[in-house]
Amino acid sequence: MTDIPNSSSRPVLPDAARPADPEATETSMAAPGAATDSPPALVLRGLTKRFNGKVAVNAIDLDVPSGSFYGLVGPNGAGKTTSLSMATGLLRPDSGQVWVHGVNVWEHQLQAKRLMGILPDGVRLFDRLSGEQLVTYAGLLRGMDRETVKERVKDLLAALDLAKDAGTLVVDYSAGMTKKIALASALIHAPRVLVLDEPFESVDPVSAANIRDILHSYVSSGGTVIVSSHVMDLVQRMCDHVAVIAGGNVLAAGTVDEVRAGASLEDRFVQLVGGRHETGGLAWLRTS
Amino acid sequence: MVADLLRLKLTLLRNSLRRSPWQLVGLIIGGLYGLGVLTIAVIGLLALSAADVELAKTVIVLAGSAVVLGWLVIPVFASGVDMTLDPARFTTFAVPMKQLLAGLAFSGFLGIPGAITLLASLGTVGTWWRHPLAMLAAAVCAVLAVLTCIVASRAITSASTNLSSSRRFKDVSGVLLFLPLILLGPIISGLRRGVENAADVLPGFAQTLSWTPLGAVWSVPADLAAGSPGQAALKFLIALATLAVLTWLWKISLAKALVTPVHSAGVRRTGGKLGAFDLFPGTEAGAVAARAMIYWLRDPRYTVSLITAAVIPLVFTVPALQSGSLGILNFAGAIAVFFLVWSISADISYDNTAFALHVGSGVRGRADRAGRALACGVLAVPLGLIYNLVGAAVNSSWIYLPALMGLTLGLALSGLGLSSVVSAWFTYNAPAPGDSPFKSRPGNNFAVLGTQLGGYVGLGVLVLPEIILTAVAFGTGRPVFGWICLAVGLVLGMVLLSVGIVLGGRLYDKRAPELLAALVKAR
Repeated sequence: MTDIPNSSSRPVLPDAARPADPEATETSMAAPGAATDSPPALVLRGLTKRFNGKVAVNAIDLDVPSGSFYGLVGPNGAGKTTSLSMATGLLRPDSGQVWVHGVNVWEHQLQAKRLMGILPDGVRLFDRLSGEQLVTYAGLLRGMDRETVKERVKDLLAALDLAKDAGTLVVDYSAGMTKKIALASALIHAPRVLVLDEPFESVDPVSAANIRDILHSYVSSGGTVIVSSHVMDLVQRMCDHVAVIAGGNVLAAGTVDEVRAGASLEDRFVQLVGGRHETGGLAWLRTS
Repeated sequence: MVADLLRLKLTLLRNSLRRSPWQLVGLIIGGLYGLGVLTIAVIGLLALSAADVELAKTVIVLAGSAVVLGWLVIPVFASGVDMTLDPARFTTFAVPMKQLLAGLAFSGFLGIPGAITLLASLGTVGTWWRHPLAMLAAAVCAVLAVLTCIVASRAITSASTNLSSSRRFKDVSGVLLFLPLILLGPIISGLRRGVENAADVLPGFAQTLSWTPLGAVWSVPADLAAGSPGQAALKFLIALATLAVLTWLWKISLAKALVTPVHSAGVRRTGGKLGAFDLFPGTEAGAVAARAMIYWLRDPRYTVSLITAAVIPLVFTVPALQSGSLGILNFAGAIAVFFLVWSISADISYDNTAFALHVGSGVRGRADRAGRALACGVLAVPLGLIYNLVGAAVNSSWIYLPALMGLTLGLALSGLGLSSVVSAWFTYNAPAPGDSPFKSRPGNNFAVLGTQLGGYVGLGVLVLPEIILTAVAFGTGRPVFGWICLAVGLVLGMVLLSVGIVLGGRLYDKRAPELLAALVKAR
C-alpha cells in the first residue's frame, strides 16, 4: 500500500503527451520524492473511466501536495466529478490507482475513507432527516462517539449559519442550505483531506465567505482541500494550486501562479481549453 | 407549436427507450396488455350490434361512464402516471395558452392509455353499423368522449399540481389515498353482492347516467338508433358542455400552475430533537437503524409499506367473515411480518443516490445490514406478535399460539436475513424520494418479478422447518410441537439472521461502489 510512485518511476508516465506545464511536473515530483514521511495528500496515477465505451477520464495523473488548497477547474463534462468520485472511493476506476496520504484508496477502502471528508455533487441526501439529524448521522456513521458528535454538530451548524434551521427537514432546505448541510456532513469527523465537488454552487455570498474562512483556517492547520469549480475568479483568489481538466485529460497542473503564467486564470483557462468564438456575438440579440 | 409539443412527447419517449432496453420491454408488455384489453373490448362492442338497442345502450353507457371516471380518478391516486409533459415544466416558456392546451390535450393520445381508449371508443361505431345515422354519430362521439377523458385527467392533474406544491400535502395525500386502494378487494366483494341482486336495476341506472356528464356522450348514438333524435341532441349538448366546462377548469388551473413555483418552503425549526438517534445505540449500526426508523415513519414510500403490512390481514379477514370462520386471523401475524421484512430487500434502492453517504463514509457492510434489519425488526416483530395474540383471542385457539409465534418469529428473523443479502445484491428502479409511492418506473418488470419470486421461494425454503412444525402442531393438536416450533423459530431464525447479516455485509463491502453506480445510472 505504500508503493507510491516516486520520482524514478515518473518518466514512464505519459507526461510527454501533455501540451504544457513543465513546472507543474517538477512541483508534483517534489512531493513524493522529497519527504517520504509526508507523502502528498492525494496521488492519482493513470486513473481511467469509460461509460459505455466513451472515455470520461483518460488516464489522468495528479499530485495534490499535503497542506495545499487545490482547485480543479474545467468546462462542464470535463470529467471533474468522475475523477473526484474515483479518488474518493465512490466510483470504481476501470484502471489506475489512487493514494490518500499513502493509503491506497481502492485496496484499503475503510482506512482511506477515514482520512477523507467528501462533498459529492449531484447525489441526493437523506433529506427526510432534519439538518441536525443528517449531520449527526454522518458523524455516527464515521464511528464517532455521541458526545463529540453532539458538540461538533452544534459548532458546525452555527459556523454555517444553519442553527436556526437545524430542526427543519433537509428536503425543505433551499439549494444553498442543502450544499451547506452536506458540507457540514463532510467536516464532522475532522478529516485530513477534504474533497469538495462544487461547494459554492448556489451558496449565498455571506455563507460562501464564511465557508472560505473555515477552509482557509483548516488548510493553515495542515489540512488539504480539493475543490472543483468552474468559477475561475474564485479559484484564483482562494486556491494555491490548480489543475485544469478538459475532455478527461489534465491540461495543466501546478501552483496557481505557474498555471496562469502571468495572465489571469480565466484567460489562461480559455486559452488551454479553447472553444471561444471569434465572432461578434449574436447580431440579432442587440437591443438597439 | 402543437406539433412541437407532440414531437417533444415522442422524443421523450424515444430517449427513455434509448436509455435502457428494459424500458422498451416495459412498453411492449404495457402495449400487449393494452392490445388484449382492446381486442376484448372491440369484440364485445361488435357482438353488441346483434343485441337489442336497449341492452347495447345499457352496456355502452355503463362501461363508457366507468372509463371517463377512471380517467378522472386515476391521476389523483398516482401523481406520477404520465407527467412527461408536466405543466410545471412549461413555466418558463411563454407558450400561448390556447396552443399549450391543444398540444397537451393531443399529446394525451400519444400513449398506451390514450390510444387504447380512442380505439376502443371507435369500436362503438361497429356496434351501430345497422343504423347508419347512429354509426356516424358514434364516430363523432367517440372522439368527443376520449377528448373529454384526456381533458378531465389533465384538469385534475394541473389542479393537483397547485395543491401538491406543498410537500406535506404530497406526503399525507400519498398515504391517505392509498388506503382505499388496498381495501379495494373487500369493498368490491361487498359491492358485488349488492350488484348481483340488482342486475335488473342496471338499465335504469344507465338511463340516469346517460343524462350526466359521465354518460351523455356514450348515449347519443343509442338514442338515435332507438329513434329519439330529440334526446340525442340534448345529450350531445350535455357532452359538448362537459368538454367546454372541463377545458375551462383546466385552463384556469393551468394558468395558476404556470405562475406558481413547484416548491414552497416549510416552517423553520430550530434543532434540539434528534428523535430516533437518541433511542438507538450510538454506534454505526445504531445510527443506520435510527435513520431507517425515521424513514419508516416519515417517508411515504415506507409508511405505505408499513400500513399495507398492518392492514393486509384485515383484507384477508373480510371475505373470511362472510364464510363464517376467522381461522385466517391465526396467520395474520405471519402474513403481516412477511410483507414487512421482505420490503427491505429494496432498502438501498429506496435510499437512491443518498446511499453515497454510506459509501463515502466507509460504513462497514455488517453495520449497514444490521442497522436496517434492526429498524425493520423493531416494527415487524411486535406487529406480528400482536396479531398472533389477537388471532388466538378471537379464535380462542391459545393452544396453537406457541406454534404460530414460532412461525411468525421464524419468518421475521429469516426474512430479515434473506433481505439483508438480497438488498446488497440487487437494486430496483424504486420510486425516488419524494415521488408518489405508486410511481412505478417502467423497465424493471422482469428483474423485479424474478427477484420477488426467487425471494418468496427462498424464504419458503428457509422457514420450511417452522411451517412443517406448525402444520404438525395443528394436525396433531399436541402443544409440544408448538413449543418446539417456537424454539426452532427463535434459534434457527437468529442463526439465519446472523448468517444473512454476515453474508450480506461481505457482499456489501465488495459491491458498495457498484450498487451506488447502479443507483446513479437508474436515477
